Amino acid sequence: MKKQQTGQSMDRVDGRLKVTGGAKYFADHQLPELLYAALVCSSISNGTIKSINTTKALRAPGVQDVISHLNAPPVPGYKNSDPNAKDGLKIFKDNRIYSNGQPVAIVLANTMERAVHAASLVEVQYNQETHYTDMNANMGKAFQNNRMKDYTRGEADAWKKAPVTIDATYSLPLEVHNPMELAGIIAHWDTPDTLVLYAKTQGVKNVQDTIKRLFQIPEQNITVHSQFVGGGFGMALRVWPLEIATIVAAKKVRKPVKLVITRDQMFTLVGYRPNAVQRLSLGATADGKLTGITHEAVAVTSPYEDFTEGIVSMSKFMYACPNVTTRYKLVPLNISTPIWMRGPGEATGAFALESAIDELSYKLNIDPLELRVLNHADTDPEKDLPFSSKYLKEAYQLGAEKIGWSNRKAAPRSMQEDGMLVGYGMSSGTFGAFRGKATVSATLKADGSLILQSAAADIGPGTATAMVQIAADVTGIAPAKIKFMLGESAYPFAPQQGGSSTVSTLGSAVTDACKALQQKLAGLAISHVPAFKNAAPETIIFEDGQLLRAGQSEKISYETILQQQQLPEVNVVATSQSGEERKKYSMYSFSVHFTKVHVHPATGVVRIKHIVSVADAGTIVNAKTARSQMIGGVVGGIGMALTEEAVMDHRFGRFVNNNYADYHVPVNADTPPTDVYFINKKDPYINPMGSKGMGEIALIGFAAAVSNAVYHATGKRVRDLPITPDKVLDEKGYQQWKLENKMST
Amino acid sequence: MNQFSYVRPASLKAAIDAVAKDNTARFIAGGTNLLDLMKSGVVIPEKLVDINRLPLKDIQLNGNTLHIGALALNSELAAHELVTTHHPLLSQALLAGASQQLRNMATVGGNMMQRTRCTYFYDTTMPCNKRSPNSGCGAIGGINRMHAIFGASESCIAVHPSDMCVALAALDATVLVTGPKGNRRIPFTDFHRLPGNTPQLDNNLAKGELITAVEIPANAYTKNVYYLKVRDRASYAFALVSVAAALDISNNVIRSARLAMGGVAHKPWRLYDAEKALAGKAPTEENFRHAADIALQSAKAYTHNQFKTGLSVNSIQTALLKAASV
Repeated sequence: MKKQQTGQSMDRVDGRLKVTGGAKYFADHQLPELLYAALVCSSISNGTIKSINTTKALRAPGVQDVISHLNAPPVPGYKNSDPNAKDGLKIFKDNRIYSNGQPVAIVLANTMERAVHAASLVEVQYNQETHYTDMNANMGKAFQNNRMKDYTRGEADAWKKAPVTIDATYSLPLEVHNPMELAGIIAHWDTPDTLVLYAKTQGVKNVQDTIKRLFQIPEQNITVHSQFVGGGFGMALRVWPLEIATIVAAKKVRKPVKLVITRDQMFTLVGYRPNAVQRLSLGATADGKLTGITHEAVAVTSPYEDFTEGIVSMSKFMYACPNVTTRYKLVPLNISTPIWMRGPGEATGAFALESAIDELSYKLNIDPLELRVLNHADTDPEKDLPFSSKYLKEAYQLGAEKIGWSNRKAAPRSMQEDGMLVGYGMSSGTFGAFRGKATVSATLKADGSLILQSAAADIGPGTATAMVQIAADVTGIAPAKIKFMLGESAYPFAPQQGGSSTVSTLGSAVTDACKALQQKLAGLAISHVPAFKNAAPETIIFEDGQLLRAGQSEKISYETILQQQQLPEVNVVATSQSGEERKKYSMYSFSVHFTKVHVHPATGVVRIKHIVSVADAGTIVNAKTARSQMIGGVVGGIGMALTEEAVMDHRFGRFVNNNYADYHVPVNADTPPTDVYFINKKDPYINPMGSKGMGEIALIGFAAAVSNAVYHATGKRVRDLPITPDKVLDEKGYQQWKLENKMST
Repeated sequence: MNQFSYVRPASLKAAIDAVAKDNTARFIAGGTNLLDLMKSGVVIPEKLVDINRLPLKDIQLNGNTLHIGALALNSELAAHELVTTHHPLLSQALLAGASQQLRNMATVGGNMMQRTRCTYFYDTTMPCNKRSPNSGCGAIGGINRMHAIFGASESCIAVHPSDMCVALAALDATVLVTGPKGNRRIPFTDFHRLPGNTPQLDNNLAKGELITAVEIPANAYTKNVYYLKVRDRASYAFALVSVAAALDISNNVIRSARLAMGGVAHKPWRLYDAEKALAGKAPTEENFRHAADIALQSAKAYTHNQFKTGLSVNSIQTALLKAASV
């Protein structure tokens, strides 16, 4: 047998293209007669547009048109929608302004610079109305969405009766995805009802479907290209108004139009992780058994859509607790609609739950790791099902060993080194292990090469690379002879890249397509190859790219079958999805994060010195890209823990740090040595590979591992992210403890 | 961005003439701040006068005085042997600023001329007296976590963002300028202004004047120095507060001290009273604490930057301890 490809650290199949600049992202494409677009965005947060004066803008050099609700061609899909339905912002439909930064016009010019300049010349007058952007000041407007009803298992709010309790409130600020690549699109109406798009998206089929609905043209008339995506983290999981605006503009001027938005517009046009306030209440027996968990969350949404996510999900099943209550409400504000951001709501919720568990451990005087093991859920207490696979306890042990947890002294603020307070913290994370439905086309060429196609996306994890490895193992064809093609709406259906589901969903379809291809080859062999004549199909064995008959020595390679039959290629298309197994088992991935931090005693500056993250994500398909993905998630977690916060001046409803200098994503200096480990044990039920998702768990829980370590280092519990130096110090900026001799030198 | 013309004069005189005689003209060197300002619509010059070809890049000793050409790059200056040997505090401060990529473009003169990073200054839809006199100060009643605790006014509470300038203020540097009326020398601590009623003026340069060099006199601050920058992110972030501390210690007595802070005022903020309090004293934690307390006596905080007062005390003390323990 050839070497197993799954599990190897294969280099990315597109790595060379990416590092040499050969990879073409949406904005890299050029079309004849292309016009460049810039958006004019609202400077008020609630009200209506009184007037738009485009005289100066239209007079500026190179300007082709300025399009707004006053002159935009109608979007046919808007017509039938219920005006009261909360179904999204209908750009250019009317003069209503819901939030600051909402696009009010799009300017087209023959260079980007001219478009941007002309956009600054468009004069918009507004009828301003009172706006509401501060969640804390508008808690009275909180309401429940039907998707997220209250949940109670056992007795409601049982924590109150417990001998040992924790009742704490945690807050998370609004975070912005901020991938390096800015959002935008190129739109070109080939004919009045044929549209070509170069998009930044996590799913070309989703784009196609949305455009089909809004512009009411047949699916086959919409071509979406998205070969490479420069980071998404969730912000490209839907078609945004900015993309509709571009398509409308291209329709009006009958020329291709390219829009790339600006960094500040990334804060208002492409979603964000909603800020949330969470109350987490725990009850436990004196020996540390949880008797009650109540998790209440309030998060923000826009006036025109109810965005919900899994903020309170983890609390329902993470620990073996008989009584669990969750409540989740939304506060509608004059801001744009949120969208899933890596780890999504589960990451928000895990910060609260895993911080509270840590707080409980100190109150009980039980090691936080031990407390988690003590309350480990052996089966899913929410669904009352066994887990398909769960090696969380192994992950705890491995992580503890690798970080040196045994060196940790139990008492807070008891460890020092190099003049720094030292803290160790840990937490766990979990996210549903999904498997969706996807279709893959597999084509074997007469030269023995294999082409796989599916309309999947790769926002960075290395999708094509993993698929090549999976296909190589099923077919026995060398990876160098396999090509996986994605990012084209013309390919068979694949869902969006989101929810840590791509390897599971697409890998299963690749497996099934490759197996179907083998069966087709077997059929050809049985019909046409003398040595295989009349063989029962089940007696044919596939090995190293060849067909064998059980118990016989004859072999024939795949390509020889094609060559003998003078076939240029053989093609199969296979669709794959989950079955009954998902009713029998609860399927989750798990992660464990350990951190060691230094806190400067005088300035409150927190620096993470060492990270150990362990993933229980089933079979690891590519150890190298998987490690990269874990590190990427951890870096996002560092941002959540220490640096990221979009700050708004509520008087104006405008963000005041809407740029890369002031919105702090972690830099290399914030990112310490990060050791990633995988349990790497196959999940027997989820899919043919036994692989569970990993993109989300890399981040989920991480922030708590940092805040728990900061507490251990300092004795100060920071429940309000991010943990900036001022929060570690007291409100006057002093250390809350007396400066100790030589500690700060 | 507006359309603008661009000239690259070959002589100092031509450069100065180009700006002195044209109200819409601006000098450009590294452009690391000016381009951002132009893209944001904060500064809208109609002519850019590129001074990069002027012979102002030299870094040399004139007698005991270190002469630094205004076009010396921040990265070159930080690594220059004369700086690391004679004025290590300056090297530390430079390396605490921005990122390596920015330091490779940014010049000494440009660093001094950079504008505040106050968000209300950059967002042209917001009030800002510095950008648009008499429009009001957005920060005073708004988000002011990053803002001044010293020397602010009712017009403006913005801070100067430079790290390099904090060290130069501490080291008693002098700014050399040339303008339509000839040459003059400005003590570094008098170069930048407090906001008062004219926050639109960052410094005391006259129209058409160009910084040609900065000079640092010989001093004894070659060993016991420390630049402490407290920031929200480990690199590439502006200071919450920063402290440049320089001590001349002999026989366990502080002969003289130099202290300046960044991130706390409209200009690099020298702590003269604290320096005086340290002179003649032993380099002890208590004396450092006392000096730090003195330094903060005139501090006034706003809604979100209350923490800066205590953080400043702790930071001054920490920087002095670090400087003394080298």
